[in-house]
Order: sequence, then structure tokens, then C-alpha cells
Amino acid sequence: MSGPADFIFYAAAAMTVGAAILVAILPNILYAAVALLFSFAGVAGLYVLLSADFLAATQILVYVGGILVLLLFAVFLSNRISDGKTTNPTHFRLPAAAICLVLFGVLSYAAVSTPYAVKKGVYLPTTADIGELLMTRYLLPFEVASVLLLAALIGAALLSRPDRAASVKGEMEEGKR
Amino acid sequence: MTLDKLLVIAAALFCCGLYTVMTRRNAVAVLMGVELILNATNINFVAFSFFLSRVMGGQIFAVFVIVLAAAEAAVALAIFLRMFSTTGTVEVDAADQLKG
Repeated sequence: MSGPADFIFYAAAAMTVGAAILVAILPNILYAAVALLFSFAGVAGLYVLLSADFLAATQILVYVGGILVLLLFAVFLSNRISDGKTTNPTHFRLPAAAICLVLFGVLSYAAVSTPYAVKKGVYLPTTADIGELLMTRYLLPFEVASVLLLAALIGAALLSRPDRAASVKGEMEEGKR
Repeated sequence: MTLDKLLVIAAALFCCGLYTVMTRRNAVAVLMGVELILNATNINFVAFSFFLSRVMGGQIFAVFVIVLAAAEAAVALAIFLRMFSTTGTVEVDAADQLKG
């Protein structure tokens, strides 16, 4: 691996980590959400370089197309963005930064100093393998995940709908007027 | 591109996510940090799957992590909206009704 692939790797890595740092420090939550988009896209690029084409597509579809849009909706619905002040207050910045830097040092040292029996990775299409494994060896987790998604769907719909008692009361009061 | 570099990238992503979770007071921003942490673990799964074995287990695990992240995000954001309608804010300090 050298030349253009290396360049793409470093570009994707820089985009991922740089955008993640922006998510951590930006004072405006909307900008932080946009930085998160670039971080997710960079991770998708890393997946492509790691021969995980299906995962890269899933990352874009689910994270960028789903979770990030959901996060943006939550930001719009739950913050007073027009206040103009900092929309993303922070606390305990110094101790948190110290803990994270120390942890990063420890993790990096452990990653670099451990002798892994690295094989040369091969690039093969993965989608058919993943589909086959999900229908055979990983069938039970697959079904459990589908039940979980159904439960999350129902739970989210139930939690986020407006309070029925309050809205009925409001309608009655409007009727009195 | 080596395994070491990918693990260091994942560690950096994890630490950014941890910093976000620890410092933010807005619950939506805390959730963004959690998503960063989940992405860091996913990079590790895929990198080990690519460099150490040709078994697809790592990628399958990453798929399940993405599924769980989606479900978690949906439910958490529904909870935040409900919290906003009851307390008028989504700052995590404000959710202290259970405090004795």
C-alpha cells in the first residue's frame, strides 16, 4: 500500500480526527453537528480502505442519513438557537481534557507497543458474505436486533408524541372560549 | 496504512467522544459524543477484522453496533424532546427530579 491509497488514508484519518476535535470544542451545537457529519464521512472512507464496502455504505446511509438528521431535528426542536449566546455550554473542561489526553497516551502506547500477528489484508467484496452470515450463523442476533428496532420505534413514537391528556384539556379550554 | 495507525486514530476518536460526553451540558451534544465513541469501536472492529483474520465477524459486529446506535439515538432523542417539554431545557444538570 503506497501512493494514492496512502494519501487517501491520511486524508480520511485527518478528516475523521479533525472533525471529531471540532465536535468536542465548538461552542455552537449546530456547527458541532455539521462537524460530526464530516467525522462520520471520514470513518466511511476508512471503512472503504479496510475492505468493508457494505459497512461504508451503511455508515453513510444510517449515520449521515439517519442519526445525524435525527440529531439536527433534536437541536432545532429543543434549543433556542436564536438566543445568539453559546448554545452548547460546557463544564469541567480542564480535568476532562487532562483525563482524555492521559487516556489517549495510554491507548496509543498500548496500540503501538503490542506485537500483533498482522497478516496482509486482502480486498474482496463483503456484501454477499455479510448477507449469508446474517442468515445462517448470526441469525439469532439478527432477529433480536429486529425486535429491538421495533421496540425502539414504538418507544420513540410513544415518548415523543404530545401529551394526550394535556392536549384534550387545551381543546376543552378553547371550546369554553 | 497499518494496524497501529488505525488503532491510534480510533483512540483519538474515542478520546474526543469521551471529552464531549464529560464536558457538554446539552444532552444532544452528549449523545454526539456517544456516537463518536461508537464509531471509534467500529473502526477497531473492522481494522482487526481486516488485519488479523479474514473472518467476517468483526464487520458483522460493526453492523450490529450501527443498528444499536440508531435505536439508541431514536429513543434518546424522544426522551430529550419529552424532557424539553416538561422542564424547558435539555441540559443534563436539569434532570435532577430523582435526586433525594
